[in-house]
Amino acid sequence: MDYKEHKHVVVIYPHPDDESFGAAGTITRFREAGVPVTYLCGTLGEMGRNMGSPLFANRETLSEVRKKELMDVAKVLDIEVIMLGYRDKTLEFEDRDGIAEHLRSYLANIQPSLVITHYPGYAVHPDHNALGAAAVEAVRRMEPGNRPILWAQAISNNRIEALGKPDIVIDTEPIFDKKVQAIQAHRSQAEAMIKRMEEASDHSGEDEFRKRMRYERFYIWNFDN
Amino acid sequence: MKPIQMKDVQKTFESFVNKDVYIHLETTNGAYARHFNQKSYNVGAYIRNAKVTFSRARIAGEDGFYRVGLKMDLGWIYAEGLTHWEVDGQGRLLMAGHDDAGRLMVALEISEKPFK
Ligand SMILES: [Zn+2]
Repeated sequence: MDYKEHKHVVVIYPHPDDESFGAAGTITRFREAGVPVTYLCGTLGEMGRNMGSPLFANRETLSEVRKKELMDVAKVLDIEVIMLGYRDKTLEFEDRDGIAEHLRSYLANIQPSLVITHYPGYAVHPDHNALGAAAVEAVRRMEPGNRPILWAQAISNNRIEALGKPDIVIDTEPIFDKKVQAIQAHRSQAEAMIKRMEEASDHSGEDEFRKRMRYERFYIWNFDN
Repeated sequence: MKPIQMKDVQKTFESFVNKDVYIHLETTNGAYARHFNQKSYNVGAYIRNAKVTFSRARIAGEDGFYRVGLKMDLGWIYAEGLTHWEVDGQGRLLMAGHDDAGRLMVALEISEKPFK
């Protein structure tokens, strides 16, 4: 894949850390190719449950802690971050058309050649599904001639049966250290999330974290039907 | 936050009794419980900025895990599994229960002003 053929990539996910767990390798590849990347981050993840171990955040300070972590990761990945200001866990209850218009106003401005978001219905967290759906709708509303390509990321356990093989598979192995650095910038989330993966019920042995994180997979959205 | 000392928390309750106060009450096992383990279920609930008045507030429990009951005119507010507490810079009483990885399982917070 030639990363240079893109002129600007916009990543749309709801939580600080989605970009690192889900796409840090992909983002790194684009940045190495000199392509600007803008992250539209839906919420501050202020209802997250990881408070650090040992504890260093609480329900009321978590939004500030995670905002700071997001700013740190912007430096690590060398990307621009725009915070959309929604509240964690509430995106599915917001008006989807309203969010789509909100996103479209940014896309109209940035004019990206590629948008990356979650695959609606196959992204596990209700916020992922809701913001993914709004992002797809936002891109759909753009003029076909001026519409960016959209890569949708599915993470549900049933994704292969339901959607088939992903169109884009990026192996992050050569740049895995960078991905780990991005994930660790989310100090409050990283440790517990890594532990969670290591303890997952379908855990398949050593280094489950590395196995789960190695490939970043996307489906190219088809707007024709 | 620090581990709960029952006596200190009990003393702090007294300043909120018989006043209009705002409550944040929450319990969660996260949005990924089922994703990582097919045998478990995603469960959670929260209410933020419920305006209430309670006439009695008590903490009970042992071995680091505590329960709190707030008695209102017509009912109760209850939380179980609390492990940590603090009074923050804005005078709010924050209590939460965490598992050994620092994951929040339950929270009960009391403030004289609405939460942000
Ligand atoms: Zn997320």
